[in-house]
Amino acid sequence: MEVFVVSLLNGLVYGMLLFMLASGLTLILSMMGVLNFAHASAYMLGAYFAYTISLYVGFWPALIVAPVLCGLVGAAIEMWGLRRVHRHGHIAELLFTFGIALVIEKAVQMTWGLLPVPYRVPELLDFPLFRIYGTQFPAYRAFMLLISALMFGAIWLGLTRTRVGLVIQAALTHPDMASALGHNVPRIFTLVFAAGTALAGLAGVIGGNYQVTEPAMAFTMGPIVFVVVVFGGLGSLTGCFIASILMGLIQTFAVVFDVSLADLLAKFGVTVTASTPFAEILTVTLPRIGALLPFLMMVLILVFRPRGLMGTRDT
Amino acid sequence: MRMRNGISILLGLVLAIAGSGAALAQQTIKVAYTDPLSGPFAQVGDANLKQMQYIIDFINAKGGALGKKFELVPFDNKSQPSDALIALKSATDQNMPFIMQCSGSNIAAALIDGVNKHNDRNPDNRIIYLNCGAVAPELTNEQCSFWHFRFDLHAAMKAEVMVRALPKDTTKVYLINQDYLFGQSVQRELRTYLGKLRPDVQIVGDELIPLGKIKDFSPYITKIKASGAQALMTGNWGPDMNLLIKAGIDAGADLRYYTFYAHLAGGPTAIGAGGEGRVLSVMSFGENVAPEVGNKEAEAFTKGFRDKHKFDFSAAGFRTIFEYLQAATNKAGAVDATKIAYALEGMTIRDFLGFETTMRKDDHQLISEYFVGIFKKGVKYDAENTGLGWATAATVLAKDVDQPNTCKMKRPR
Repeated sequence: MEVFVVSLLNGLVYGMLLFMLASGLTLILSMMGVLNFAHASAYMLGAYFAYTISLYVGFWPALIVAPVLCGLVGAAIEMWGLRRVHRHGHIAELLFTFGIALVIEKAVQMTWGLLPVPYRVPELLDFPLFRIYGTQFPAYRAFMLLISALMFGAIWLGLTRTRVGLVIQAALTHPDMASALGHNVPRIFTLVFAAGTALAGLAGVIGGNYQVTEPAMAFTMGPIVFVVVVFGGLGSLTGCFIASILMGLIQTFAVVFDVSLADLLAKFGVTVTASTPFAEILTVTLPRIGALLPFLMMVLILVFRPRGLMGTRDT
Repeated sequence: MRMRNGISILLGLVLAIAGSGAALAQQTIKVAYTDPLSGPFAQVGDANLKQMQYIIDFINAKGGALGKKFELVPFDNKSQPSDALIALKSATDQNMPFIMQCSGSNIAAALIDGVNKHNDRNPDNRIIYLNCGAVAPELTNEQCSFWHFRFDLHAAMKAEVMVRALPKDTTKVYLINQDYLFGQSVQRELRTYLGKLRPDVQIVGDELIPLGKIKDFSPYITKIKASGAQALMTGNWGPDMNLLIKAGIDAGADLRYYTFYAHLAGGPTAIGAGGEGRVLSVMSFGENVAPEVGNKEAEAFTKGFRDKHKFDFSAAGFRTIFEYLQAATNKAGAVDATKIAYALEGMTIRDFLGFETTMRKDDHQLISEYFVGIFKKGVKYDAENTGLGWATAATVLAKDVDQPNTCKMKRPR
């Protein structure tokens, strides 16, 4: 019970962090059809910007300024790069964003060095909020939950209650029709791309000190975010939300259960010994492959339900 | 175009002449150094290079060997065995008597093989391989070579040091290691030495994690807490170590962290003040050792580096390597790889901190003292400007890590 409750909280925090990253990507992917490899780089930029800004004016201004800077970087990439590459098709776009990701990583290494930077949780939030069965729950994690919940609410309201949101929604489901009706689709593209990058930047600001701010952080976060987007389904913020929480919980609980396929077989009266065929695979415990489970789930959902959990179009 | 060709030929000629001039005036003893100097691990090679340069300048100021000065010649190997072999080729082409390499046991294995072959085929132009940090135990056991000298304790010895440093009241430990060759051997050795030296200690958890895949270690901490462990022992490095310790500190877990690599560049920054008194690391040298043992000369030597550079002088222990080279070359009486290798065998030196060290004859493994540092406030020299630094929690003497070996050394004539 103790482990269950603590793991539930941990899974929720991690899931919400994933959601902050994935929500921007799902908007970009479903609207523009661009598989943006540089998305996690924006997450890294957000963390580094926040670190540098917080050196001068503190964490709280950085919380606002760093995502805005990331958004500006995103807008620039879209206007002067992606838009030109767009006419050469999806492969060109994919390669372009991949290149951008490498360039950003190198630029970060050259600017801030190869080692982790001391980006810390602000003192105001650096205390244990409560203790549950002897494990501290840091206030900063509660703050992360709060920010991501606020963000979910803001995006949802923005998409469903504003005029721009309605156009974006229309473009999400029927991009060609929206442009045929005379909406300035390129401008909306820029807006969505910038907003998506800013969201990733925000995730970086609050994720950078929760984890460690270092040049490899984009590379480690990148793949899992794609899994969430594909799993949740194109064009569905709710799907993305559910997928994020699910992935967070799966990865957390996989660590806790020390079981293997052999244990499962034992329930049916089959004993696995060293001489059993595939004994190596059968005795691998869940924690050892926990980090791979999301990828397995992505493969399964692509096979059995290509449009994802709540997607409106095929991937 | 024609003009440009002419210029480049001219330039080539000039360089060739200059080069041959330098070769004629060769009065230095060249040490080829190969490690990653570009790519994701460039920081490691670059930091080593600067620290070795400082040490070499010091050794040269004390007279070098046979009236000649040592000279360090860096070669980038991009963490690739194939590039390390290219470096070896360049070194032997230029008749260098030494090649040195620190990171990566896979690269070390390739180099041992390459050096063996080269020395068999070219008896007049032999080279000695100085291993300053590739720690797979196999390198001085199954794979041992007359030409290979290891100047760092291997993984099994470090595991023993870690086990010896475990306080008497710690009876429940949890092992977490990375799921690949190095992590698995650390896991195996820790289990062996816990069983041998501390039968009272219970291993309440033993886990392998996928290398570099985990972004949130909180679930592991929950599990470790539930197991009732008092100490966590890990060979993890990089993000896998930083995130693990960070998650543990955030959750307020009442644990001590026994690591191999927390003291290396980036570790103290990532751990921060929350790790005060909880994080320990097995190390060959710490900046606070000299003031602690009251060795003024060693302290001044360490401080000299700190005054000049922005990073910590964690590799001051490399000074022992060059003191061995200096002594062995003088003893051999000539810059000749075979003679120097025989001189190095079984040599004993009191290192700059004042401890006895031996280059064991059977397997060419240096047996030296080793330290376990604890990360805490109030030390004389802090790490990475964190205000906290490594105080010595335990010193393990050379005689205590003198583990047996299975090497069958073949000696050339």
